[in-house]
Amino acid sequence: MSKTATFSSATPGEPHRRATAESPWVRRLLIAGALLFLGIFLVVPLVSVFAEGLKKGLGFYFQTFRDPLTLNAIKLTFIAAGISVPLNCLFGMTAAWAITKFDFRGKNLLITLIDLPFSVSPVIAGLIYVLLFGAPGPFWSWLSDHNIKIIFAVPGIVLATTFVTFPFVARELIPLMQAQGRTEEEAARVLGASGWQTFWRVTLPNIKWGLLYGVILCNARAMGEFGAVSVVSGHIRGLTNTIPLHIEILYNDYNTTGAFAVASLLAFLGLVTLVLKTWIERKKSAELRATETRVAA
Amino acid sequence: MARNSLRVLPGFRLTLGCTLLYLSLIVLIPLAGVFVKTSTLSWEQFWHIVTAPRALASYRLSFGASFLAALVNVFFGIIVAWVLVRYQFFGKKVVDALVDMPFALPTAVAGITLTALYAPNGWIGQLLAPLGIKVAFTQLGVFIALTFIGLPFIVRTVQPVLEDFDPEIEEAAASLGANRWQTFWRVILPMLYPALLTGFSLAFARALGEYGSVIFIAGNMPMKTEITPLLIVSKLEQFDYAGATALAVVMLVGSFMILLTVNLFQWRSSRHLARL
Repeated sequence: MSKTATFSSATPGEPHRRATAESPWVRRLLIAGALLFLGIFLVVPLVSVFAEGLKKGLGFYFQTFRDPLTLNAIKLTFIAAGISVPLNCLFGMTAAWAITKFDFRGKNLLITLIDLPFSVSPVIAGLIYVLLFGAPGPFWSWLSDHNIKIIFAVPGIVLATTFVTFPFVARELIPLMQAQGRTEEEAARVLGASGWQTFWRVTLPNIKWGLLYGVILCNARAMGEFGAVSVVSGHIRGLTNTIPLHIEILYNDYNTTGAFAVASLLAFLGLVTLVLKTWIERKKSAELRATETRVAA
Repeated sequence: MARNSLRVLPGFRLTLGCTLLYLSLIVLIPLAGVFVKTSTLSWEQFWHIVTAPRALASYRLSFGASFLAALVNVFFGIIVAWVLVRYQFFGKKVVDALVDMPFALPTAVAGITLTALYAPNGWIGQLLAPLGIKVAFTQLGVFIALTFIGLPFIVRTVQPVLEDFDPEIEEAAASLGANRWQTFWRVILPMLYPALLTGFSLAFARALGEYGSVIFIAGNMPMKTEITPLLIVSKLEQFDYAGATALAVVMLVGSFMILLTVNLFQWRSSRHLARL
C-alpha cells in the first residue's frame, strides 16, 4: 500500500521485505485462491451463458429474438421498468430531501422502513399483492365489478417490480446528501432562490452521479426480477411474461438453447450495468470530494 | 426543536408527506396484509401449517444452506477483499468490477446457468461426476446457488474497512514481534468483525429469501430439495392462500430476527470499540 511506502520497498524474491508484508509465496497463493474462486463462481457461468445461447449457431440465436412471444416479453419488461424506475427515482429524491435537509424524530426508523423491501423475499413481495388485489382480497369484488385486473395482469407486474426496487435510489442518495450537508442550499435560499430553483440549480447538479448510480442499479433489478413477478404474473404467454419469465418457460419446454439465447440478452444487460456502475463510481466519489472541499473553503 | 425556527429550506411537509404516503401504499400496507390474513387463522391452524413435516424440512434446507453459503462467503470474501486491497496484479480493476456480477445478473439467468454447468453433462458437473459428487438437483446445488448470490456482500463490506486500515497498527504488531499470521489473526481480523457480521447477515438474509437462482438447480423434491419460498409458491398455485401466508409470516419473522440480532451485536461491539 502506498501509505506504507516509507518502509524499504521490497520486490518479490528479495530477502528483506517489509515487516507488514506477506512473503511472495503467501501473496501468490492468496491471489491464485481468490482468482480461482471468482473464476469458478463468476467467470465460468458468465461465459457459459453466451456459449449455451450460441450452441445452435447464430441463425437459431437471432431466430429466438424474432419470436413474437420473446418480443412481447421484452416489451413488457421495458414497460415494467419504465414505470417502476421513474417512480422510485422520484420517491428516492423526495425521501432523501426530507431525511437529509430536515431534523425530525423517527428518522432512523424511516430509513429502516425504506430498506425493508431488501430483507423481504421476492416471493413474499408478490404474495402481498395477491392477498391485497387477488381473488380472496379486500378489493376483489370492487375490482371485478369495474372489470379491472391487477393480479395476473400488467399492473400487478409493475407493482411487484416497484416493491423489489423500492430502496435503490433512496439508499444511494441519503448518505450522499447527508455528507454534502445543507450549507449550499441554505446559501441559495438566503440569496433569494426559490425552493425549486435551489433544487434544480444547486442540489441536482451536486447529486447527479449518485442519482444515476441508483437509477442504473434500480433498472438492472427491475429488468431482471423473477420471483416477485412470477407470483403475480400468472404466466400468460404473450401477455404477462417478462424476459426472465420467458426464459423459464423456454427452459421448461426443453428449448434450452432458446432460453440461454434470451438469457444472454439479460447477461449482456448485466455486463453493461457493471461497466456503467464502475464508471459512475469514479464520477460519484469525485462529486462528493468536490462539494466537501467547497463547503470547507 | 431549535433548528426548526432557523429553517430556511422549504418543502419539509411536502416531501415527508409524499415519502410516507408512497412508503405506506407500496410497502407498509401490503406487508401488513400478510399479518391481517394470518390472523384469520386460529392458533392451532397456524401451528399445524407451519410445523407440517414438509414445512420443517424446507426451513432446515433454507436456513442450513443459507447459513453454510454465507459462511463460505465469509472465508473467500476476506481473501478476495484482501487481495483486491493489498496486492497489485494484472486485471485487478476488471476483477474488482466482476465481484458485483451476482447483483447485476438476473436470478433466473443465474439459475439456468448454474444448472447447466453443474448438471452431470455440464462443464463442471462432468468433472465432478467421476468423483461421485452430484450437485444439480441435490441440496449441494441449493448451496452452490446461494453461495453465488451472496458472494458480493462480504467482499463489499470488508473492502472499505481494509482500505481505511491504519498501517501503524500492523507496524506496531510487527515491531512487538508478531509474525504476519499472528498480526492477521489477533489484530486485523478482530477489527473486521463488525464488517464481517454485517456482510454475513446481508448474505444470509438474501439467501433465505432467494427464489429464482435456486428453483432451477434444486430439483424441488418435497422434503429433500424444496426451499421455503418455493413451498410458498406451490401453496399459492393450489390457491391455499392461508397456508402460503402462514409460511410467509415465519420467513418474515425469521429474517427480521436475524437483522435485529445482528444490529444488537453491532451496537454492542461499536460501544466496545468506542471504549477502547
